[in-house]
Amino acid sequence: MWFRMSDIYIKVRGISKEYRIGERNEYKTIRDSITGFTSRNYKRLISSFDRKPVGASSTDSPADIKPLNNYFWSLQDVSFDVSKGEVVGIIGRNGAGKSTLLKIITGITEPTEGRIDIYGRIASLLEVGTGFHLELTGRENIYLNGAILGMKRQEIDRKFDEIVDFSEIHQFIDTPVKYYSSGMRIRLGFSVAAHLEPEILLIDEVLAVGDAAFQKKCLGKLNNVATSEGRTVLFVSHDMTAILSLCHRTVFLENGRKISEGPTDQIVQQYMQSMSTSFELPLEERADRQGDSSVMITSLKIEDSEPGAPIRSGSQLKIKFNYKSDNPIRFPRIIINIRDFASRINILRLDSEMCVDGIPENLPPVGCVTCLTEELLLTPGRCVVDLEFRRGMVKADKIENAGHFDIEPDDVYGSGKLPSRGQSVSLIKYKWQLE
Amino acid sequence: MLKAKKTSKIIDPQHAGFNKTTDSERRKAFAVREPQKDISLRLKELYEYHELIYFLIWRDLKVRYKQTALGVAWAIIQPFMTMVVFTIFFGNLAKMPSEGLPYPVFSFAALLPWQLFANAMTTSSNSLVNNRDLITKVYFPRIILPIASIVAGLVDFCIAFIVLVAMILYYGIIPSAAILVLPLFVLLAMASALAVSMWLSALNVQYRDVRHLIPFMTQIWLFVTPIAYPSSLVPENWRFVYGLNPMAGVVEGFRWALLGKSNVSWSLVTISSLMVLFLLIGGVLYFRRMERTFADVV
Repeated sequence: MWFRMSDIYIKVRGISKEYRIGERNEYKTIRDSITGFTSRNYKRLISSFDRKPVGASSTDSPADIKPLNNYFWSLQDVSFDVSKGEVVGIIGRNGAGKSTLLKIITGITEPTEGRIDIYGRIASLLEVGTGFHLELTGRENIYLNGAILGMKRQEIDRKFDEIVDFSEIHQFIDTPVKYYSSGMRIRLGFSVAAHLEPEILLIDEVLAVGDAAFQKKCLGKLNNVATSEGRTVLFVSHDMTAILSLCHRTVFLENGRKISEGPTDQIVQQYMQSMSTSFELPLEERADRQGDSSVMITSLKIEDSEPGAPIRSGSQLKIKFNYKSDNPIRFPRIIINIRDFASRINILRLDSEMCVDGIPENLPPVGCVTCLTEELLLTPGRCVVDLEFRRGMVKADKIENAGHFDIEPDDVYGSGKLPSRGQSVSLIKYKWQLE
Repeated sequence: MLKAKKTSKIIDPQHAGFNKTTDSERRKAFAVREPQKDISLRLKELYEYHELIYFLIWRDLKVRYKQTALGVAWAIIQPFMTMVVFTIFFGNLAKMPSEGLPYPVFSFAALLPWQLFANAMTTSSNSLVNNRDLITKVYFPRIILPIASIVAGLVDFCIAFIVLVAMILYYGIIPSAAILVLPLFVLLAMASALAVSMWLSALNVQYRDVRHLIPFMTQIWLFVTPIAYPSSLVPENWRFVYGLNPMAGVVEGFRWALLGKSNVSWSLVTISSLMVLFLLIGGVLYFRRMERTFADVV
């Protein structure tokens, strides 16, 4: 009688969210909004002269303002249900709207359109260790962080020992967190979060941190939380193995829209296929550039050299980007840095000047450059790419974290086993011998 | 009656067995996320988060004097040194009237509520920006942050108050029964700080100009408040305008309640109190309207 099929815990209906470009990155000063206001109205005035007689400007103002302010939809008309006890995965590329969706469900931000009904106490885990205060001790931070995540005081009292046990930092529990290593902070943060007991739990990519052993422990704990305790969980991740092992059902988002929803293995397969199909990342709107702007890198595409195949350990990588400039470019030099996503450690530097098959001394003002690598023997995981374009000695354009790619596991050794990213970044073929 | 008790007893274990929620309870959504159309104060929700308010206050207090050599003494040093300077320049050199009270007590009794207000307003106005990581990662009623900063300011006030009591004893001033309403004026000082910081903290999220405005504003504000001088110096026909400064009424009332002697201008206190109320209601409504986009903008 109690457990009906219609026991929906989260009901998402037609959710859309509109952001203004740049709004998230910069804050305004009053001067900016005054200048913005006047230029907006000036342009509106001009356009009203152009098209319509006097007096019409006020009626068509929304249409006039829109293109000037650059709005974009982070989410568009997304609907789905989550039932009691279900573990639902949300997957999609960066910028697909996954995190925005979680933020709307938790109430951090408000949808522009649509409605979500939530039938239960909800807690979210968007970042491990949120609200840690460096001056406070581990013990104090457990209480503070617990309260921030929505735990009651007695609840924290009750679980305190369990939390400390899980974090494995007993002897430092009365040391200020500022003296902790980053790994210890993450462990403490996750331990608090893992002991939340809401009816609905939202998790965003928390496993991408910490060392491999602890990651495994976290995944195990999450598995417990999700399955044996019968909790409703919404889980966002790029880690397909985690999604496959935890989630009953999965929702696939792309460009803010729901592409599909269904059994996890089917949806993950669909996602992997879409990942491997060529995908060009536009870079023109990136504001975090360095350099004198004489050249602009406009887009980036990273793919397997074999068309349509996903990037695996041992793939030959094809990194392709477009650029534009006002003039032909003399003595160009291109540097591509590949770094590990989690640790930010440099893995590879592909420098056109250090390569025999480099690029010509003159490049046309607009063009497309490709760098093709040999077998890239890296462990599965995410890599980020920095792009730098130089003209002779001058740094013309540089974008850090221009894009990223995920390396899927492949049976490089033929043994069916690979080290994890935490254990090693690169792979090499080797053999053992008894002398 | 006995019967009713019995049935409820039978049902209760079943409720408890089903994870505290029944079908009828749950069909009413626990929470709804949608574009907000009306502005409500949502005080009930605020109560649900009272433990978080407590923890944030506790954090502010724990952290405030960490790694300082003088520690809590700062709560005394600031108003005390200001009082000394005021006494030398305004009291002794400028011969400022102090309504028959010793000038040090006269100014110190005003400096305490003033410092409470000024410090609370400053930290509270910056509270949203300083807790950016919380706002973008966790949901809670945002109003908790400015409230917690204001309440945390009360501790400094209490410490400095001990010094004030010592001074009163030293000068042999005997408070009248008016001292009973003293807490009301402390509350009014905090309400003023909250009222102002509702506006400023919300504005600060969008316009960081506020950060530069605040120190400058408090400096000016100090002089338009009857701290170094009695409000009776202000011409009678300007009293109304003068009372629009919420702190004028607070300081005047606080001094009267504690030291008794000064002939308090009740019209001033009334106008100030109404002003606080007006600013506070407007501020909270403004805050509630703006908080929807805090996470996107901050």
